[in-house]
Amino acid sequence: MLNTLQAPTTTDSVLRVEGLKAYYQMNYFGVRREVRAVDDVSLTINRNEIYGIAGESSSGKSSLIKTIAGAITPPLRVVEGSVKFDFGGRALDVYADPQAMKAARWQNLSYIMQGSMNVLNPVRRVKHAFHDFAFKHMGISQSAFRSRVEQHLHRIGLDPRVLESFPHQLSGGMRQRLTIALATVCEPDFIIADEPTTALDVLVQQDVLALIKDIQQRMGASIIFVTHDMTVHAAIADRIGIVYAGRLVEEGPTLDVFRRPQHPYTAHLISSLPRIGDNKKRSALPGKPPNLADPPSGCRFHPRCPLAVDKCRSENPPLVVRQTGRVACWRAGEVQAA
Amino acid sequence: MSALLELQNVNKDYRIGGFFDSATLRAVKNVSFTLDSSKPEIFTIVGESGSGKTTTARMILGNEAPTSGTLRFMGQDIAAIHSRADRLKFMARAQPIFQNPFEAFNPLTTIDYFLFSTAKRFLGLRDKAAVDAATDKALNHVGLSLAEVRGRYSHELSGGQLQRIAVARALIPEPKLIVADEPVSMVDASLRMSIVNLFRDLRDRLGVSIIYITHDLSTAYYISDRVIIMHRGDVVEAGVAQEVLGNPQHPYSRALSQAVLPPDPEAARKIIMAKIQ
Amino acid sequence: MFKILRDMLRYNVEFAIGFVLTLSIFLFALAHFWAPLPDTAIYLLPPDMPPSAQYWFGTTSRGQDVLWQMSSAIWNTMLFGLTVTVLSRLLAVAVGMLSGYLGGRWDQALMTLNDTMIALPNIPILLLVYFVMRDSMSWPVLAATAALLGWNYDARLIRSVTLSLRNREFTRHAVFAGMSVPQILVRQHLPYVMPVIFFTAMNNLIWAIGLEVTLSVLGFSDINRPTIGGMIYWANQHQAIIAGIWWWIAFPIIAIVLLFLGLFLLAISVNEYIDPRSRLSRMGA
Repeated sequence: MLNTLQAPTTTDSVLRVEGLKAYYQMNYFGVRREVRAVDDVSLTINRNEIYGIAGESSSGKSSLIKTIAGAITPPLRVVEGSVKFDFGGRALDVYADPQAMKAARWQNLSYIMQGSMNVLNPVRRVKHAFHDFAFKHMGISQSAFRSRVEQHLHRIGLDPRVLESFPHQLSGGMRQRLTIALATVCEPDFIIADEPTTALDVLVQQDVLALIKDIQQRMGASIIFVTHDMTVHAAIADRIGIVYAGRLVEEGPTLDVFRRPQHPYTAHLISSLPRIGDNKKRSALPGKPPNLADPPSGCRFHPRCPLAVDKCRSENPPLVVRQTGRVACWRAGEVQAA
Repeated sequence: MSALLELQNVNKDYRIGGFFDSATLRAVKNVSFTLDSSKPEIFTIVGESGSGKTTTARMILGNEAPTSGTLRFMGQDIAAIHSRADRLKFMARAQPIFQNPFEAFNPLTTIDYFLFSTAKRFLGLRDKAAVDAATDKALNHVGLSLAEVRGRYSHELSGGQLQRIAVARALIPEPKLIVADEPVSMVDASLRMSIVNLFRDLRDRLGVSIIYITHDLSTAYYISDRVIIMHRGDVVEAGVAQEVLGNPQHPYSRALSQAVLPPDPEAARKIIMAKIQ
Repeated sequence: MFKILRDMLRYNVEFAIGFVLTLSIFLFALAHFWAPLPDTAIYLLPPDMPPSAQYWFGTTSRGQDVLWQMSSAIWNTMLFGLTVTVLSRLLAVAVGMLSGYLGGRWDQALMTLNDTMIALPNIPILLLVYFVMRDSMSWPVLAATAALLGWNYDARLIRSVTLSLRNREFTRHAVFAGMSVPQILVRQHLPYVMPVIFFTAMNNLIWAIGLEVTLSVLGFSDINRPTIGGMIYWANQHQAIIAGIWWWIAFPIIAIVLLFLGLFLLAISVNEYIDPRSRLSRMGA
């Protein structure tokens, strides 16, 4: 059971992000603003791996995932860096070749979106959504497509009869399962998910996570997903990347990050999680999240960091390899898991 | 012993559907509980969406009238409050905290307008210095000061700060009861604890009773004195928080407590892998 | 205020063009106060003179200078249009916001009134008023009547904005902060309604000016007071087009088109400026 906690042994990567910088550049009546939502992020995602990105609202985690998906619209622009996929020998540079990107959509690369109601048209039957999203990517006949979809639903434990229903006739959990089915029907190599369980009721959350994990294991796909909920990361991510103020501040295998966080921010995130059966007082992080239009100098976490020293205020710590992961902190060795 | 808030067999029906074919949906069924005014506490209502917890909160705040049953606040029937003067008197004693701190303040007006309006209306203050003093005092209770808040817009502050300011605003008239509907569900994890700790502090230091409404069992366990668990309008379990949440008896409460993922990779992974098999 | 104007002139081309257009037409209209001859006087100049160095825009068959006639006409037409717009905006905002915010019986009563007004045909009502009032018909009475007919669609629009604002959390919060209904409507909701007011004001102004022109062309107004419609009415009476006196018709029409264009550009650019989303972006949200 615990072997799933280790990072996969195959080291070939499916996604390579290098020095990515994506800024919101706005100009309203002479008020120029530049929000550095993604600031110099480099990461690699391996084949057959679930990579979780954690961070708070407006930390830039959603912008990061949008940039990786090639789904950005102005005012968000890629300023520097590259996003390169490798689908079994077929290389794809997202920002160099938009045509190839279009061809890869859904077949190699798909999305699980947050609000299932935004994906499923409320006035059309569910089967139309499958047809609209996936049919033209599969290159097979209508009837073959239909049986493929039914087969797929059957495989992930859904009754194919749901295809004939309207979205409002289904529960929130069922709708989210359908959007997962929709994203996986073409058996993509890479899946991008934005807060896949946030809008769900507590009772169905585990089932949906189990479904994602199960599909990923059976198809051997890689998943990158974003959520602010650390317990979701604990449950399914193989590795976690912690984003703070547009930068990746720590990355590592899930178990190691939870047991031995190396960045003070990660340590705080984990120690502040309340758990049933323990109501001893937990401290809160002082201060407020940084403004990305005017971030603090040096390490962006220093105004709220209990370990901050002068160096942290002036120099930005680089993301360096340390133990099983990477961390960007001048005092990484001294961080205590609370 | 006198009751601060007393709910007796409260029911709430909604009519759904069209003109010709309508059905009644009973959103809240036979809810009764009492909060004692001499013993401030954090009373938690736990439930998922559709459990009737928000409807109950709206009835307690007088935004919604019960279909049957009575809600009494300091001896007064809440549904019988009609005149603006009585309504203001009630609001000075019972104040709400809303779910989304970014939505609770108008993004296009400064936040202090809400604070000053509260001080003027409920404390009857006219003098600017007195209004400032009352506002500053309330902000001090939540670890802020008027200097930090004056002239600010909501986008200039973090969700956690805004939620604390919302609590401070509610504290200005020195209420006896605060009804907080999902106050931390939109607040980032690192700031969540500061709000939750604040509730504890208000109870202990200012003697304010708090009705905390949430779907999150772990924070409920962390701060509650007593808890009720609602499911489709029914109270399925009620009692001392540590007992009810630590050892739930009703099948629904049990399912709910098992649905909470532990913040520990090994344990969480075992649960997910068990679901797959 | 000055800073806003400067920023808008510098960074918004539409605003700059609209501002210059409207300002020049306004100055031109303002000039009629210094006209050499009274604008109601006729046959003081040689009739039917084509544009020349002496009479820039020519003279009419009634012996008036088209330039100075236009100056007065634009002033009077604008005055009428703006009066109608301001009055009808006040009605639309009051009815729309109260109806949307108060809801229930208030909403039903106000919207019944509103929808009844929508069903009334404008021109026949105005003609009826004209025949009833006859000699005591003056432009302020006409403007008030037009204002009473011109607010209902926009009241519905404003109502829908207020309706969505009513369900937002900050409105409930405002109630618990002890704010009164006027405070909530004016301080909390009006900033969101402003773009609707501006945009419909533009539409309404064009409608009002068009109405004035229609009524004047038909002769149902004080025809001796120069207006754009009045000028066209007299030009028609004298069969200006057939007689080849094109300048009598062409210049007023060009002026009104330029005015519409200027106002339209102003409206869309100001709208962009006061739009809540754009405002929030500038504030740094």
